Amino acid sequence: MAHLDWLESEAIHIMREVAAECSNPVLFFSGGKDSAVLLRLAEKAFRPGRFPFPLMHIDTGHNFPEVIEFRDARAAELGEKLIVRSLEDSIKQGRVRLRRPDESRNVYQSITLLDAISEFGFDACFGGARRDEEKARAKERVFSFRDEFGQWDPKNQRPELWDLYNTRVHKGEHMRVFPISNWTEMDVWEYIAREEIALPSIYFAHRRPVFRRGSALVAVTDLTPPRAGEAVEEISVRFRTVGDITCTAPVASTAADAQAIILETAATRITERGATRLDDQTSEASMELRKKEGYF
Amino acid sequence: MDPAFTRTVDQVDLLRFSTAGSVDDGKSTLIGRLLYDTKSIFEDQLSAVESSSRKRGADDVDLSLLTDGLIAEREQGITIDVAYRYFATPKRKFIIADTPGHEQYTRNMVTGASTADLAIVLIDAAKGLSLQSRRHALIAHLLGIPHVVVAINKMDLVGYAQSAFDAIRTEFTEFCTRLGISDLTFIPLSALRGDMVVARGENLAWYPGPTLLEMLESVSVVGTRSGALRFPVQLVTRPIATDPEQIRSYMGRIESGGVARGDAVTVLPSGHRTSVRAIMTLGAELPSAYAPQCVTLLLADEIDISRGDMIVAAQQAPRADKNVSAHLCWMDNEPLAPSRRYLVKHTTRTVKAMFTEVTHRIDVASLGQLPADGTLRMNDIGSVNIKLQQPLVFDSYRDNRATGCFIVIDETTNHTVAAGMIQ
Repeated sequence: MAHLDWLESEAIHIMREVAAECSNPVLFFSGGKDSAVLLRLAEKAFRPGRFPFPLMHIDTGHNFPEVIEFRDARAAELGEKLIVRSLEDSIKQGRVRLRRPDESRNVYQSITLLDAISEFGFDACFGGARRDEEKARAKERVFSFRDEFGQWDPKNQRPELWDLYNTRVHKGEHMRVFPISNWTEMDVWEYIAREEIALPSIYFAHRRPVFRRGSALVAVTDLTPPRAGEAVEEISVRFRTVGDITCTAPVASTAADAQAIILETAATRITERGATRLDDQTSEASMELRKKEGYF
Repeated sequence: MDPAFTRTVDQVDLLRFSTAGSVDDGKSTLIGRLLYDTKSIFEDQLSAVESSSRKRGADDVDLSLLTDGLIAEREQGITIDVAYRYFATPKRKFIIADTPGHEQYTRNMVTGASTADLAIVLIDAAKGLSLQSRRHALIAHLLGIPHVVVAINKMDLVGYAQSAFDAIRTEFTEFCTRLGISDLTFIPLSALRGDMVVARGENLAWYPGPTLLEMLESVSVVGTRSGALRFPVQLVTRPIATDPEQIRSYMGRIESGGVARGDAVTVLPSGHRTSVRAIMTLGAELPSAYAPQCVTLLLADEIDISRGDMIVAAQQAPRADKNVSAHLCWMDNEPLAPSRRYLVKHTTRTVKAMFTEVTHRIDVASLGQLPADGTLRMNDIGSVNIKLQQPLVFDSYRDNRATGCFIVIDETTNHTVAAGMIQ
């Protein structure tokens, strides 16, 4: 069996196990490429029926408009329910206090996320995380248990054997479920190309004013203005990952479609998060610490 | 789509393999070497490892640091848990289940081995056979891994001498023959120096066989899911309102064998016979389908079928029984309690179960049987008899990994406490 078919089959099997065994699942849909792949897999698993779960997005308020447009259009096209919970509301309610109004909100979305999980009583949450993204993720299970505080305990994970998933949780606890755990960035792009999956336009090469900060390019936005001495230039770029504006950086690229991105991905010498995620570079363990606090 | 691209993607298949060993065996270095020499390491990962190596006062880049994941691991210089790693060559994609050899070794090795098509058993050429190499071979065998590659590492420490390699090969072949392992390949290598991992190097000219990567690229993965049709029903869909015939359909994954439209099938445990009316995937009807495809089956007759039932080839049916004997690997801090009820999850069926007898434990070193005193503790492997509240539909694990395996769940803690293989 070709590797993409194998990965697809594994993911469909995982999604159906959740549908069969969990009472109140949800799928995190950010509008990003990995979650767009999850939606395609959900269609493969459940059409012509409805999805047995709603979609949910945690909106940091710092989004690229193209991504939000895509998110809403895709949910409407599928005819599935989309729940949006916003960090802005958590700030108004006093659940989140920022140190600076313009700082990255990526860390704080865990609070809004856990509040939403408890508001709806979700017991299983599909996410598009992959083990090749980051070294803490390489140790995470497909069915990743979260305690009643939403926390991940990497030293105390349930063993995961064969394809027999232990989905059981007590009330207040939940599972994060990662159907594309075993996919690499290359697999994702090959699948996007094969299945002709639509994505927000900013994943493909476009001209945009940017400036250089350290080793990264930064897009000029209201939230990320250049500082004195940082020269702005307009070049052809694309985004390899899409998240909070303040911590997502584009890469120089002329790849205008999925095929061209596959060729670039094959040639690239920098990891996906290394090139584009300003938040992961803070320390060797940024992701692990965020995940322990309930992050995706 | 460019036809050349389509062909390339379709031709590439996937091999899952497991490695086990401690830092001392050079396991992390071996994996680091495989990733590094196949150019699977990115510049930012390498520069992070270079700076960590410098901080620890090392002169060379320590490739083993590429695989440290968690804070505690970096602090203590150990590996805590199973990690999954990915690399690709033009011939194949690979998923490595990288299991540590320290604490919880058996539990982690069993977990990593459960999904592997091939196991790499690491032996330190300077130290010879260890208890751990024996344990890993035993687990690879118990878990039914079709291919075992014995990587005799650190050949640089014994002057690349063929005699050292031959001595270990003879001793380990004898052990594996007693186990019943037939597909056994020995490769001498030095992960540190890069000999015979990806490149042949110049120090092992006397060895005529494949490099480790050549072995991984060429080993056959066909046949691991051959055999008769086994289709555990995962989900039953209600008839769609617009369907004039109001027919139910059964979603699941073909665990072994294949199915074609019109095939005679039996539904177990009820024993009802019918035939396959249609095989569906998203938006398409298929004339036939094979393991491990996920499909939706429509049957010719209206039969009461639920999740946990199994649709099988009418000619070669599995067994259905409330009593099974199995090998069990215990994985929880709390030992097996014969007086308690547990849950057994087997294919898509979860049933209540009791351990009526713990027959014996297995001594890893001698392969002999030890008395079990009625229980199994963390990392013990033993043989048990189980009584189930409802019948399981199963094959022996030797014949069919997917329908012969199960996990045991503690209903109170929800922990996965054991892995089982039906005899």
